[in-house]
Amino acid sequence: MLGALIIVFREAIEAGLIVGIVLAVTRGLVHARTYIFVGVGAGAGGALLVALFADALSKSFSGNGQELFNASILALAVIMLAWHNIWMSRHGRELSQQLSTVGRAVASGERTLLALAGVVGLAILREGSEVALFLYGVIASGETGYDVFFGGLLGLALGAAVSFATFYGLIKIPPRSLFVVTSWLITFLAAGLAAQSAAFLQQAGVITMLTETLWDTSWALSDKTILGRVLHTLIGYSDQPSLLQGLVYLLTLILIYTATKFTAVRPKLEPRLSP
Amino acid sequence: MGAITCAACFATYTSVSAGEAYTLTLKDHRFEPAQLTIKAETPATLVVKNLDATPEEFESKTLRIEKIIPANSQASFTIRALKAGRYKFVGEFHEDSAKGELIAE
Repeated sequence: MLGALIIVFREAIEAGLIVGIVLAVTRGLVHARTYIFVGVGAGAGGALLVALFADALSKSFSGNGQELFNASILALAVIMLAWHNIWMSRHGRELSQQLSTVGRAVASGERTLLALAGVVGLAILREGSEVALFLYGVIASGETGYDVFFGGLLGLALGAAVSFATFYGLIKIPPRSLFVVTSWLITFLAAGLAAQSAAFLQQAGVITMLTETLWDTSWALSDKTILGRVLHTLIGYSDQPSLLQGLVYLLTLILIYTATKFTAVRPKLEPRLSP
Repeated sequence: MGAITCAACFATYTSVSAGEAYTLTLKDHRFEPAQLTIKAETPATLVVKNLDATPEEFESKTLRIEKIIPANSQASFTIRALKAGRYKFVGEFHEDSAKGELIAE
């Protein structure tokens, strides 16, 4: 039971963290919760579909369907996160200056919410299908019994707990700094996902160069441990990354950082009435 | 949409299988052979057959592989030219029994 709990929890951490971050980022925006919950629901539904058609998926593209599917999903999430960050650098300051929720909602537009709900959905789609397959295997084999299944469900519940902990941790940060913190979080998150995407392309044999191992820190912190997994999501930590992964990681960081810098508008020094 | 077109443009690349082919079978959540010796410094193809009625996630950090193999099916992997050494792999869904290693010599 404990084994199943850990397996499922390990898969659920990434999605859990992402949901928590997105909830904090969109706090105060009208309809934010609705968007995110629709994202979660769509991701979960999609995960079940992927699990159902896992066989067909892995046989497609000369047996590389799964890798290409994962790589594409990750790349899409990276684009959505980058877009959100760039958009926020233009409008974020205005948003934090406007205190009324109505004003914020109007200014924010719904597109950035849509992008973030998409990121949540994709995260759950990817990790969720693995959880679904694992739990299905447990039931189908019939050899391990229901305590394993419930262990798995408990792991899922812990994943949801990670979301809440992340959310409540982040909203403790004062609103002024929260914006800075979350845009860095999202930049690192996106870079990590981009590196994962590159890894799947290498596994599929689409990219065959730069496969040398950059470093091996699995003796110190394996990314199969819970802490390793958390860092894997938050900053893209990997215990044995390939050279390509490292390059893609750096490149994504630099690209998002510069794009955000260049599009950022200087805060307008609006004349204020002194109190 | 983007995902599909992107995947399609790569599809032609992927049928290349390199080097010697090796096979692992998974039955009752155990690998056979649990230790597989392959030639070092040469790319190879590894086929993993899952004969169990349940899906398994074949995973190796050192080989940089992470893939779900559905019940009663197989997957094939291109193994990069490996330095001599031992490369562990596991079936993540049954890690207690499903484990083994590639030995590159």
